[in-house]
Amino acid sequence: MLQLIKKLKNLYKYRVLIQTLVSRELKARYRGTVLGFLWSFMNPMLLLIIYTLVFGFIIRPRIEEFGSSPWLYALFLFCGVLPWQVWFVASSLESANVLMTQGNLIKKMLFPTEILPIVVVTSNFIHFLLGLPILLISVPILGKTYTPYLLFLPLVMLVQYVFTLGFCFLISALTVHFRDIKDILANLLTFWFFLSPIIYPVTFENIQKHAFLRLFMDLNPITHIMWNYQNCVFYGEMIRWKRLGVTFLASLVLFFVGYYIFDKLRDSFPEEV
Amino acid sequence: MAAIEIENLTRMYQKYSARHRFKTFKSAMIKGDFFKSLKPDEKVTALDNVSFKVEKGTTFGVIGENGSGKSTLLKVVTGIAKPTSGRVVVNGKVSALIELGAGFHPEITGRENIYINGIMLGLSKKEINDKYEGIVKFAELENFIDAPVKTYSSGMYMRLGFSIAINVNPDVLLVDEVLAVGDASFVPKCLDRIQDFSRRKKTILFVSHDLGTVEKICDQVAWLKKGRIQTIGEPRRVIDAYLQDVAEKQEEDFEMGKVKAGKEKKCEEERRENRWGKREIEIKKVKIMGLDGNEKHVFSPQDGIVIEMDIEASASIKDFVFGIGIFNSQRVFCYGTNTLLEDFQPVSIQGKGKAVFRIDCLNFVNGIYYLDVAVHKRDGYPYDYHRNLYSFLITSKHKDDGIYRPKHSWEFSPEIKIKFSKGV
Repeated sequence: MLQLIKKLKNLYKYRVLIQTLVSRELKARYRGTVLGFLWSFMNPMLLLIIYTLVFGFIIRPRIEEFGSSPWLYALFLFCGVLPWQVWFVASSLESANVLMTQGNLIKKMLFPTEILPIVVVTSNFIHFLLGLPILLISVPILGKTYTPYLLFLPLVMLVQYVFTLGFCFLISALTVHFRDIKDILANLLTFWFFLSPIIYPVTFENIQKHAFLRLFMDLNPITHIMWNYQNCVFYGEMIRWKRLGVTFLASLVLFFVGYYIFDKLRDSFPEEV
Repeated sequence: MAAIEIENLTRMYQKYSARHRFKTFKSAMIKGDFFKSLKPDEKVTALDNVSFKVEKGTTFGVIGENGSGKSTLLKVVTGIAKPTSGRVVVNGKVSALIELGAGFHPEITGRENIYINGIMLGLSKKEINDKYEGIVKFAELENFIDAPVKTYSSGMYMRLGFSIAINVNPDVLLVDEVLAVGDASFVPKCLDRIQDFSRRKKTILFVSHDLGTVEKICDQVAWLKKGRIQTIGEPRRVIDAYLQDVAEKQEEDFEMGKVKAGKEKKCEEERRENRWGKREIEIKKVKIMGLDGNEKHVFSPQDGIVIEMDIEASASIKDFVFGIGIFNSQRVFCYGTNTLLEDFQPVSIQGKGKAVFRIDCLNFVNGIYYLDVAVHKRDGYPYDYHRNLYSFLITSKHKDDGIYRPKHSWEFSPEIKIKFSKGV
């Protein structure tokens, strides 16, 4: 454990490298496109439009909270979909590949490999941040008001950051040895999406009815992260401190477990990727 | 103080079979012995108990065949690969020219890549700013530096990579066969830069197949063979030993090839194409030997050669001529002679006998040579003609061209400044 922390501290020396790689990632992503950086805003916008169309107008919410307003429901959806899709899913899928696509770096250059998943998570975090204004702008447009609880958003982001990073350490290290994970992952993430309170609220009666489903919900860290996003932006309520705190601890555990496994497998990367 | 110290270094590589991997995935899921099941089922030893020291300020060369562990050695010294056992100590900042431009991102410009690559190699932003002009100039990329790297030619790519890596200004420079892509003007420039390094008393570990360069710039050379150090010491001596070994291996391959070919060619039909005549006098066997009488097939240009033919005549024959022809791989007739041309008058032949043809000094350039041997009548009627059925190989350290290599020398008047670098 101490050794791990020492290694993490050592990473601080590489902050400039992480910074440069993240900016390389951001620069390279939209290089060659006509809209360039605008895509960082366009993508979440399109996402919002699609979800509003499908879930708001075609499927129509039957959840009491939103009345029959598709607009309110769209805003609610967007609170969860943005951090989930733009940040968590994008990071997970990318980090399943990152050690292979950047294999050249691992094999030919000397630098701490854990930088690669860190760069993936961080650059997707920045994409998420760029999409955040779209979410915030749409709050009054779609019929809600700003509340001071918005100020707690960074806290929720921190928890998600730690959780995502831990998950990505795990995924990226394991995929090197078991390439099958790449294929499982996309399906797993879809399943996870529907099991988390993103397209329905935690209080959704069908879930609250079943003790088993409720327990399952509570054990899912994403539940609490998403719920708290919704609290800050949609409901305008106080963060559920206990839930967020426990989730943070769980995220820390995942982070260290992920980092530990990554560290254990590190020496096998140059020959396996 | 030594710049690089390597003690009993062993590096194994692990081989996992696809089947095995699947099994481990399952067993990892079921038994939970995750780390244990990641143990490989087979190991390949890339470096076997290697020890040496490179003194500060010297240039140390590593030579050896493909797969002898040279690159692994460099990777272990850089720290990319960890030693399986043994100790590696490197004193000072290391920069490795293992693969040039390894960290380049194709979509972004050369300028941005210089910064990113520089930072990866351990420079700070300020240092790169200071060196930026020099890097671009050395790479000769002033006009293309703002174009995405994916539009670069492989030469431009390599020049930029080299230019960045050399500008890191390390204490220990590791060079791995990276100059192979450069053109005729860039390679000397790089070598110059590398030599400049050694003049400034920096340490260089140089891996190359270019024995000429190795001998020119290295103070010490180690020869790796199958992961073990075969010899270590003064360049000339090690390179000679290495070349000797390569020649022996070629000899072996040659023999193997012949044995194989002999087995396959058993069918007379194929042979008939290259052998004709009614065999009133038959060439039973042809042996190619060195002057010492030992059979061999790989020669150096100054070696002599002995071609021995076992002859058998079924009846007494009074009209016969022995002939020899030598062809190179392009089937150019290099030399031919026969006993008639050289004023031998046949008297008679019956039963078994031997005819021996001897060249004291071959004087041919590098390459494979094919042999015609024949016995025929004075008017050309063949008794037994073997066309290109035998071959031998000439290898030389010099890469001179043509067919014939006459004994020669150079002389210069004192105004001409020219140096003999013992060339390899």
